[in-house]
Amino acid sequence: MEPGTFHGSTVGRFAMSASILHRLREVLGDRAVRPDDGGEDEGGGGIPRVEPESTEAVAAACGLAHQEGWRVRIEGRGSWMPRDAPADLTISTCRFHRIVDIAPADLIATVDAGIGLDALARELAARGSWLPVDPPGRPERSLGSVVASGTAGPLRHGFGPVRDHVLGSTVVTGDGRVISAGGRVVKNVAGFDLTRLQVGAFGAFGIITRLHLRLRAQPAARLTLLATGPRDVLTRQARALMEDRLAAAALELCSPPNGDPDQWCLWLDLTGTDAGNRAEADRAVTGSEVTWTTVGPDQADQFRAAMAHAPLTQPVTIRIGVLADGLDETLDLLETTLAGGVVTAGPGRGLLRWSGSPDLAALRTIRQVGAEREMPVTLERGPWPLRKAFGYFGAYREGVGPLVSRLKKTFDPDSMFVVSLEGNGAEV
Amino acid sequence: MNDRLIAQLGEVVGARWVRHRAAELRTFEADGLPTHVAKPRLVVLPGTRAEVIALVRLLHRERLPWVARGAGTGLSGGALAEDSVLVVLTRLNKILSIDPKRRRATVEPGVVNARLSEAALPFGLQYPPDPSSQTACTLGGNVAENAGGPHCLKYGVTTNHVVALEVVLPDGTLARLGSAHGEPWGPDLVGVFVGSEGMFGIALEISVRLEPVPPAIRTLLADFVTVRAASEAVSAIIASGIVPAALEMMDQACIRAVEASIFAAGYPVDAGAILLVEVDGNPAQVAAESAAVEALLMQAGARGIRAASSPAERARLWQGRKKAFGAAGRIAPDLLVQDAVVPRSALPEILDRIGEIGRTHAITISNVFHAGDGNLHPNISFDSRDPDLARRVKTASGEIMAACVEAGGSITGEHGVGADKREYMPLIFDETTLRAMCDVRRVFDPEQRANPGKVVPIHYCREWNQARSTARPSGGSP
Repeated sequence: MEPGTFHGSTVGRFAMSASILHRLREVLGDRAVRPDDGGEDEGGGGIPRVEPESTEAVAAACGLAHQEGWRVRIEGRGSWMPRDAPADLTISTCRFHRIVDIAPADLIATVDAGIGLDALARELAARGSWLPVDPPGRPERSLGSVVASGTAGPLRHGFGPVRDHVLGSTVVTGDGRVISAGGRVVKNVAGFDLTRLQVGAFGAFGIITRLHLRLRAQPAARLTLLATGPRDVLTRQARALMEDRLAAAALELCSPPNGDPDQWCLWLDLTGTDAGNRAEADRAVTGSEVTWTTVGPDQADQFRAAMAHAPLTQPVTIRIGVLADGLDETLDLLETTLAGGVVTAGPGRGLLRWSGSPDLAALRTIRQVGAEREMPVTLERGPWPLRKAFGYFGAYREGVGPLVSRLKKTFDPDSMFVVSLEGNGAEV
Repeated sequence: MNDRLIAQLGEVVGARWVRHRAAELRTFEADGLPTHVAKPRLVVLPGTRAEVIALVRLLHRERLPWVARGAGTGLSGGALAEDSVLVVLTRLNKILSIDPKRRRATVEPGVVNARLSEAALPFGLQYPPDPSSQTACTLGGNVAENAGGPHCLKYGVTTNHVVALEVVLPDGTLARLGSAHGEPWGPDLVGVFVGSEGMFGIALEISVRLEPVPPAIRTLLADFVTVRAASEAVSAIIASGIVPAALEMMDQACIRAVEASIFAAGYPVDAGAILLVEVDGNPAQVAAESAAVEALLMQAGARGIRAASSPAERARLWQGRKKAFGAAGRIAPDLLVQDAVVPRSALPEILDRIGEIGRTHAITISNVFHAGDGNLHPNISFDSRDPDLARRVKTASGEIMAACVEAGGSITGEHGVGADKREYMPLIFDETTLRAMCDVRRVFDPEQRANPGKVVPIHYCREWNQARSTARPSGGSP
């Protein structure tokens, strides 16, 4: 069998599954191996699944898969990406969820990558610490999934993208090597930054098993304001706040939940001291052309949860890199090219997220126009046929495609992981 | 061979921009690290982007090793070019654009760090990474080293601000990494290029994110009887959740050196240590945070706290800090500025340990460092003409590195590995990870001719030995 060949037919797959199960149990023991991942009815593919509990076990599984030429798909808690990539084996990090250490005095934590964001947030809060990462998806979405997809939510505005919170990582490569890069200090330039390579690589270069995180202290005070109105008014307001250098934790535009074009929302989150937050809120409200309403903590939590969950109501999510000055034009493009959908946009750090049910041709149009405007369009989530046809990133900019191919070869020599990240050959 | 090469290089950049005489080469035989010296084979100073590309292609065709260099202010021997062609990029010094609406700037690699913030200031913007050498160091060098600086505590280091790069790879091909919008275009290749110490190629254009200049700033000088008390104040501030814009410490030896120099800032010379703390933001936030910081400083045993009452006084307080390395140069003929990081809560113990190492080896160590980041800079003053002293300095450096690693830290926070720290890399990375670093280097530079022999101990890159047979790299024993 050629390495990297998916074992296609049902009969062939059944025979392979039995053989794979046998080999996996020999190496990993019965406990870590499940005969299938829930079957196609449950969103799985009816293929064997391992749920290792240590980096060593992940490495053993990868080493075996590499040796046998099995194709592997990586799964966190199965709450974000559809479980439909064709493969011979699923490796899940769902039982790999320990908090190794939280050091509140140093504002650093080390955790297993399979930990759910909600569980981590609870443990951190109990120690007065906070990871300002609020990606789309369910509350239990695994941290490894968030890092692998390089995603972010509204807090990216004030605290940066997820890569700014990751200090180091342990990763298992496609041939079972264990690489530990970075460290447990907030500043570190020792060696090449291999951790950055894993952030946003969608698991093409390895399985993230452990992460060292930079934390913040729980904010002393948090103040949330909301304005509603027509889209253009709110985007103008967002630009005005930025030009006024407002120090916000989040400044996020959201499409109207009820489809009313006059009911777009602009969400403003302030963190810091109570006095500081009130001063910034006063600056935002004074002379504003929109009416701001202060939102209580419970309602704010509900709104944040709804924002994070909204993409899951749609089958496909893309994110577009676009700053405040290109926001209106890009929203117009989405409206004319992709009907409907759910939009959130943080113009400050240049991330617009659209979720809906697009056809491939429309998505390609978006990507083509995006390329002309030098805006990257990333497929964050979607069914496998779309991921396969559209690619996570599409065409790369000049000179990038060969580098990505060589990196893939370096970390996953026989393309064991199903995610390839190959460009479509063209350059933009 | 050299005559032919000199002629070829001269055709690309003009004969006057090729240096080949012994006296000329001596200028480029070291960077800011006094313990390492190596003479380049030739030095070439391209003046345009097109010349850099043509040079790299020429060197690739000729299969020659080369090293890129900015202002030569690095502190890890990273820009040493033993028997290699040194490509000096200081003539590429144009700020190509500043876009205030997008808060973006694009610069050539030879732009001096401080010039960018000066140019952005009229728009109410700044470029926060501010290494102590910022009036001389270049942004290309900052990208290569992932440079930091005092104000990186709140705002992040170079890698947190670079959004896109146009690079020429060592084989002469061009690549456009990242996007000006800030969202990566594919895997985060900008993230891996920044900090690659000139081993992945040359950044021809650097696009960075600018930050608004804060409307209010308050700078506090607190003095303590002991280093330990000052360290404990640092831990208390960090644990409180306040993120100052900067949180710097200086011990008595350093304070005295500064106060005896032309950079005297009015620091109390009888203090065991001082902390320079800066908070910024909106006025209400700054008032609340500085009150909280002052209370924490007093609780930790500060003898007194002085707030800068004017921009001029603030500038003076900062000048003392930023010129401390220069002032420490008065203590002895040579100064080794070390660089390591520890978890912030480990500061009190590690500073005691560094003092102990200094006493054991009878060497003079002063400390001025980014306390808020746990990023130490033990400065060793010595005379390199004394071989026994030089040996003790090397031994002490190794012991300091080992102590920091043992405390859960790293061997470098912002100076890079270069030639100086290469031998310490196995203290923090296992063999598999070091080999993976070599592999990633080969993704960008399959023939390993860009800045050869740096960062990763050579024996981890076995293929290196094959390259040696066809090229003339500087190498050096691991």
